[in-house]
Amino acid sequence: MDKSGYADLPALFGRMTGDEKHEWAAASTLDVLWVLYDRVLDVSPDRVDDPDRDRFLLSKGHGPMAYYAVLAAKGYLDPSTLDTWTAWDSPLGQHPDRVLVKGVELSSGSLGHGLPIAVGTAIGLRLQGRTARTFVLVGDAELDEGSNHEAIALAGRLGLERLVTVVVDNASGTHGWPGGVAKRFEVEGWQASTVDGRDHAALYAAFTQDHPGRPLVVVAEIGKGERR
Amino acid sequence: MTSMRQVFVDTVEDVMRHDPRVAVVLAEISRDAFAPHERVINVGIREQAMVGVGAGLALSGLRPVVHTYAPFLVERPFEQIKLDFGHQDLGGVLVSIGGSYDDPVWGRTHQAPGDVALFGTLPGWTVRVPGHPAEVGPMVRDALARDDRIYLRLSLRENSAPHPVVEGFTEVRRGRQGVVVAVGPMLDTVLEATRDADVTVLYATTVRPFDAAGLLAAVRRVERADVLLVEPYLEGTSAHLATEALADVPHRLRSLGVRRDTELRAYGTAEDHDSAHDLDVLGIAAAVRRMFGHPAAAA
Repeated sequence: MDKSGYADLPALFGRMTGDEKHEWAAASTLDVLWVLYDRVLDVSPDRVDDPDRDRFLLSKGHGPMAYYAVLAAKGYLDPSTLDTWTAWDSPLGQHPDRVLVKGVELSSGSLGHGLPIAVGTAIGLRLQGRTARTFVLVGDAELDEGSNHEAIALAGRLGLERLVTVVVDNASGTHGWPGGVAKRFEVEGWQASTVDGRDHAALYAAFTQDHPGRPLVVVAEIGKGERR
Repeated sequence: MTSMRQVFVDTVEDVMRHDPRVAVVLAEISRDAFAPHERVINVGIREQAMVGVGAGLALSGLRPVVHTYAPFLVERPFEQIKLDFGHQDLGGVLVSIGGSYDDPVWGRTHQAPGDVALFGTLPGWTVRVPGHPAEVGPMVRDALARDDRIYLRLSLRENSAPHPVVEGFTEVRRGRQGVVVAVGPMLDTVLEATRDADVTVLYATTVRPFDAAGLLAAVRRVERADVLLVEPYLEGTSAHLATEALADVPHRLRSLGVRRDTELRAYGTAEDHDSAHDLDVLGIAAAVRRMFGHPAAAA
């Protein structure tokens, strides 16, 4: 199947939501996902079992339409599969399932699981001498879950230099993070960048910066109220 | 004598020497039992991360061993066990110490009589409950060589002699009046409590999967389909599986184990707690008499 471009995402999105005009534009993860899959991750549909592929773990699994649309645009999914979204025998649910969808590395939905798993993945790849990087995407409100903070401290102390956490920050957490999300990582030894979550060039530069000896967090800010 | 934990540690370290897939995740507990090794990772007092990291190691292609005290391994991060291993469909070896009340002076926080029942809510887990340190080595080697999900429940409680490690139930004694199933460390107590009873005694160390065929075969060899299930954890944990095994046989089933109806706010010794739960020789013998009749009447 032909690969698609960023401009094709609204139509792919619309195959699930039936609304090309509004919902896709509100997807807070869309630009981050596109930049990662288009320009950053060393992955492809014919290498989903390659032990040296980069790993991308979508921890914030709620509202996965942007993720499915990107996977379809990049050839992991036939676009017609999007039409079956959430049907009984569809591989595509409201939360992604790695057992059902080719290329999905994490079954998510319950918050606070992806980051600890990503830390373990990064440790495991390092132990095996592999250079693959592990990316995990979380939401700012997801950071409410204490399990993340166990993992943030641990990753910093272990100096996991091939681990990247992307925090899509649309200020959706009820109690917020005074001083900013990045500080929670910096104090534990992470390198941190905070960028405009819609700016592809800024996202790319943030994802590809050097961070020797320590993990990297990229806080991708999305306008408040862009909730999805 | 060498403890179950020490046999576990020694066996894992031995396998690690030639199997680079094996990695251990700890949360402080037992950190000094393992020799320093790049594949022994102590995450600190972070049990959610401990299980998540174990799953991540599996995701990267390794065979994780995740180990700590039972309540902190199974109860505190239970959703991580359910999702990070089960829902991700990843394999791993979870190994607990402490049992139901190995160290009762520490109180309720260090007791996990519900651990096996919790695993019973999750598909795809093998649960093994050794009754002697010599049974632990073969169980650990088998677990490390496999790719699936295994829970090993180690304890300070143990029988005087080991039995060969098999998947199904082992007939230790054959009788005519019924069947008693003794799980793991309960065997010696059950043998003593049934000394004067004419019953078959089965020894179980693998409780998930449950040896339904073995139980049914034993029941078919006795005169009455009466089954007494004696488990060292929450009473009735395997009762539904015994019931299923005997679905086509009119039968009686009674389950002994750690009581569900009360929290014992008491310290003392593990033997004190056995007595409080009727899991000592007196308590089990009384249940045997009620179920299988007095030996004089049976003669």
